[in-house]
Amino acid sequence: MNMKYTDDHEWARQEGDLVVIGITDFAQQQLGEVVFVELPEVDREVDQGEDTAVVESVKAAGEVKSPVSGTIVEVNEALADTPEKVNEDPTGEGWFYKLRPADPGQLEAMLDEEAYQTLVESLA
Amino acid sequence: MADHNPLQTTPLHALHQDNQAKLVPFAGYEMPVHYTPGIIKEHLHTRAMAGLFDVSHMGQIRVDGESIAAQLENQIPADLIGLADGRQKYGLLLNLQGGILDDLMAINRGDHFVLIVNAACKHDDLALLKDNLGNTLQFEMMDDLALIALQGPESADVLSKSVSQPEQDVSRMKFMDVQDLELAGFPCMVSRSGYSGEDGFEISLAAEHAPSLAKAFLSHESVDLAGLGARDSLRMEAGLCLYGQDLDPETTPIEAGLKWAISPPRRAGGAREGGFPGADIILDQFVQGPKRKLVGLLPEGRAPMRTGTQLFDQDSNPVGSITSGGFSPSLGHPISMGYVNTALSTAGTLLQAEVRGKLLPVSVATLPFVSHRYAR
Repeated sequence: MNMKYTDDHEWARQEGDLVVIGITDFAQQQLGEVVFVELPEVDREVDQGEDTAVVESVKAAGEVKSPVSGTIVEVNEALADTPEKVNEDPTGEGWFYKLRPADPGQLEAMLDEEAYQTLVESLA
Repeated sequence: MADHNPLQTTPLHALHQDNQAKLVPFAGYEMPVHYTPGIIKEHLHTRAMAGLFDVSHMGQIRVDGESIAAQLENQIPADLIGLADGRQKYGLLLNLQGGILDDLMAINRGDHFVLIVNAACKHDDLALLKDNLGNTLQFEMMDDLALIALQGPESADVLSKSVSQPEQDVSRMKFMDVQDLELAGFPCMVSRSGYSGEDGFEISLAAEHAPSLAKAFLSHESVDLAGLGARDSLRMEAGLCLYGQDLDPETTPIEAGLKWAISPPRRAGGAREGGFPGADIILDQFVQGPKRKLVGLLPEGRAPMRTGTQLFDQDSNPVGSITSGGFSPSLGHPISMGYVNTALSTAGTLLQAEVRGKLLPVSVATLPFVSHRYAR
């Protein structure tokens, strides 16, 4: 699985011609038990770094910034009733949204697995 | 201010670390917000069994002198003269405008009193009491004590099994009773009280013995550690105010729904009417009613509405704000508390809350959200 990361703890993964986006295991651990996720509208055009989603735990609210620019094509509706999937399976069933990327180069330029793990270890 | 000082730790700090606590700065102390299970599980365990909370950061002030109750009544609007030996009562420290400087528990220990005050206010409280009553009373911050709260339906059973001397009977204690008990061999001052809405106990003892007592409690299957996160969600469900959020120097007890903290003898027409800071304003509000009131608030959706969220009526006029809010683990949906114009304070009134630029529906609700289960 070719995962890419931001230093804000979002992940992005190419699936066909779409990019799937979510938050990392480290991010969900820091947040604690997720109780609410606000997702963007389908068809919205977002810029890289723009706030696209909100994830709220018992403790706090966090903004999710889009790792890449593009058009939102699908959001994970299941999170409305089961936000705890973000804790249980952050890189699988806990995905946030899929978008059609505007600039494939942005995904390439993100942190790879090794660079992200180094970042996480430096925060521990 | 606190940012520049090293954080203080409580006598249970090593226990927190050994239990993988997530430690955060709170009122100048490094305190556990949760442990490995997380806030929701710790909360639900406390409601179902028993949670053990370290609240040693709170101030424990010993008061000595002559006519202590009568003197303290000059600062606290409770009936302290009528408070029996071995009982405790909720009290407030007020400014001259009737605003709340702190809330506290006052305990009659027979030959002296003990005041349990909030951690963030404790040094200011001590200074205020010394300034106003220092000529006749002696006040001492008992920094060598720990304070442990054991909360939940199983806590009485755990305490009964921890009593060293068989003649000491926990079951005879009622809500707000205070007794000296020897627990796991250590002398303790125990009150049947707490901040969760459940039956429970607050236990004061020498700092050096606190880790051993905590471990003795934790050896019971029914007892798990619970952090400040669960403490906050439990007290919100119970509709209990948090100083610094729901109570502050700009808020009067009448606005905060704390009329009951102004004891009948201290009210208009009472035997010792007034005689506390801000009495004129507070006794006037008693009759006139406040312009705004603390209410429960139920968001209609799943988005939590937290401290500082602004409230509007159906025509989008500003009508108040949320002072506490979050997710209720017992109810499985968000809950909040806040102040609204009195005209809109009836349960069921539909309002709007501004969350991230959007107006979302929220309705006024009766407090508490979860019924109290005190051992009255």
